[in-house]
Amino acid sequence: MTPNKLDRLEQEVRTRLPALTMERLTDALVIHLAMGDLVQTMIRLRDDIALDFKLLIDLAGVHYPEREVPFELVYQLLSVHKNHRIRVKLPVPEGVLVPSISGVWSCADWYEREAYDMFGILFSGHPDLRRILNDYDFHGYPLRKDFPVTGLVESRYDVARGMLVKEPIRLKREDKEPYRESP
Amino acid sequence: MEQRKEIENYTINFGPQHPAAHGVLRLLLELDGEVVERADPHIGLLHRGTEKLLEHKTYLQGLPYWDRLDYMSMMSQEHTWVLAVEKLLGVTAPERAQYIRTIFAELTRILNHLLFVGAHGLDVGAMTMFIYCFREREAIMDMYEAVCGARMHAAYFRPGGVAKDLPDGLAEKIRAFADDFPKKIDEYETLLTNNRIWKQRLVGVGVVTAEQALDMGCVGPMLRGSGIAYDLRKAEPYDAYDRCDFDIPVGKNGDCYDRYLVRVEELRQSTRIIQQCLDKMPEGDVKLANFKLSIPKREDMHGGMESLIHHFKLVSEGFTVAPGEVYLATESPKGELGVYIISRGGSKPYRVKIRAAGFNHLQALKTMCPGHMIADVTTMMGTIDIVFGEIDR
Repeated sequence: MTPNKLDRLEQEVRTRLPALTMERLTDALVIHLAMGDLVQTMIRLRDDIALDFKLLIDLAGVHYPEREVPFELVYQLLSVHKNHRIRVKLPVPEGVLVPSISGVWSCADWYEREAYDMFGILFSGHPDLRRILNDYDFHGYPLRKDFPVTGLVESRYDVARGMLVKEPIRLKREDKEPYRESP
Repeated sequence: MEQRKEIENYTINFGPQHPAAHGVLRLLLELDGEVVERADPHIGLLHRGTEKLLEHKTYLQGLPYWDRLDYMSMMSQEHTWVLAVEKLLGVTAPERAQYIRTIFAELTRILNHLLFVGAHGLDVGAMTMFIYCFREREAIMDMYEAVCGARMHAAYFRPGGVAKDLPDGLAEKIRAFADDFPKKIDEYETLLTNNRIWKQRLVGVGVVTAEQALDMGCVGPMLRGSGIAYDLRKAEPYDAYDRCDFDIPVGKNGDCYDRYLVRVEELRQSTRIIQQCLDKMPEGDVKLANFKLSIPKREDMHGGMESLIHHFKLVSEGFTVAPGEVYLATESPKGELGVYIISRGGSKPYRVKIRAAGFNHLQALKTMCPGHMIADVTTMMGTIDIVFGEIDR
């Protein structure tokens, strides 16, 4: 988005929702929300004629293990008629229920299932909070930073027992442990 | 005496191994006779953890994973990644590279839509379409091979340009293809557009209104089929799209037939874009001369120590990116393909979230299916043009 357009959008949001904390990045506008305001603000953002964020484009979870509030949900909203975007960030403490916005946009259903599947973030009021991408009997939350990239179990066909068995993974090597920092 | 019988709904598994499921989809269908009451797609059978893997690779090493997301439109996926990384780095590719990327993004759109028309035809019962479309797909695969050596998983686009310039004679070959291709589209349309059976199977099936499409997060041809003219190539132009003249086709009724028409028209518009790009493409470099970002020429590496050092640093450590975050989306053949990258400095991203168009479209199947006959489920699966590589990531 061009700086002019961002200025205008920032102005619009400030006049309509003055209580919000906003952050201006070079190419995007970010709203920082608290858990209690989430659903109300999202409805305002969707229904206000000047903002018109009719599309929930994306919902990304992020894990910051060193922070006091370790998770963050990042919502990307788009207005196809006004052609502008906004980003909404919500810090999520471990084990706290986030109000589901699947009633605001129905596509949030699977996005929230994905956030649950990958990060273990729980949602209240979600119609069907199951794992979505990982296996039905998967343990752990793979996109958390403490989850090794190799996984925790490996499966093989056990000839003696005639069945598929899952065992703790054995290819552990110190240098293949999850990278704690970028070089 | 009146005899009463309770008829219960029954649930069937559509897939995971079903030729019309376009890959590995397990679709649970609750049926009342032949009418679908409820559809519940179970996805993830092709989940490879691309997002996790990308966190552990440098930006350059991460690139080939993008080919394998939507493995039917390979270079369009790379396009998102390279543009996002370029935006993080704050660089733009040389003009020639921008044109080459636009040409190949559009060739890829043709590649993808040909598979859509072919496979959709096959699902509905028009076997000939599949064979016709794969004939032209082969020609585009040859162009892929000429430019990068691989028929499918190209890894041709690079942050800061493309890997190599076009080989001699390829531009002429692409032009000949683009000049000839509209006749082929006429052939497909002769077979399908006014075909009575085709219309009976498609018209009025899987209707999605504009409000529903927005609510369900549909993008690309799914949104345009419902009458909303939103195309990122016009709305947020990238590379050479702002220098090309093309139209955005929109549908009216939002049914499967409209979406088919939209995609067929997009084939024609893609041909137009390719022709214009070939006309306007200047001579010059195809990648940045900044060797902190792009790999030096092979010839220089044989003679120059500097080039060799740059090459070694780039392929081992990779280039470093300043802390920041970026969301960037391009119009892939299936719709908006976005990527959200969080960088904390260093040569690897901290978090990558891939926003795949098919993910929402498949979710829309839950809303589209109920009330339709079971035979229409394959039509609707064809119309949303799903590829599991990008849905399951």
